[in-house]
Amino acid sequence: MAEIATAILMVIGGAFMLLAGIGIFRMPDLFMRMQAATKAATLGIGCMLLAVAIHFQDVSVATRALLVTAFVFMTAPVAAHVIARAAYSVGVPLWEGTLRDELGEKQRGGEGKGKESAGGGSAYGGSSLRSDGDGQ
Amino acid sequence: MTFLASTLVGNTLVASAATVALGMAGIGFSLAFIRLVRGPSLPDRVVSLDLLGTLSVGIIAAYDIMTDQPILLDAATVMALVAFLGTVAFAHYVERKGQDG
Repeated sequence: MAEIATAILMVIGGAFMLLAGIGIFRMPDLFMRMQAATKAATLGIGCMLLAVAIHFQDVSVATRALLVTAFVFMTAPVAAHVIARAAYSVGVPLWEGTLRDELGEKQRGGEGKGKESAGGGSAYGGSSLRSDGDGQ
Repeated sequence: MTFLASTLVGNTLVASAATVALGMAGIGFSLAFIRLVRGPSLPDRVVSLDLLGTLSVGIIAAYDIMTDQPILLDAATVMALVAFLGTVAFAHYVERKGQDG
């Protein structure tokens, strides 16, 4: 019974890791790539470490496996958020099929639909998070 | 094949599942590495490096089960820590230096 659960969890975890790789390879945009990679890889290694905890049936091993799982589940969204914010602030282009850029609209004063007053100021200033218009 | 036979511990179901999982994780690792090499911007490379660290935690876990050595989980812990800290540090660098820094 434990072997079956271990095998199933390992195959599911490997499949999620494969999905993370495909996502980061195929997605058209940094932010899409990031969300595919972060979520799929986090779920994949969650399954994999749960398989470790079930397979060894030892309290210390299970504790370490759950500790790593909890650590990754807490830090992966933080890391994704931080790198997404940094990438947006230096003006990494969005996908051309993007429909709404709510953060950019809000920072340009709230009235914009995305095309007005690019300005072309320095992207490295501290206050304005994104200063190069619609990011095409 | 001799490598597999020497490392496996008799349990063929778990062993074959570990082989399949390692294969899939290896393909994902290769795709992330391709993105690391040809990612158009620096944040792309940072994201794929983060994915490489996360995937290596999963690969270590699968190898753990395959070889029946739970001591390798410590390496997985350190790998997760280093991946997170590296991503945060690179994010600060990107935010300060700009896209082509």
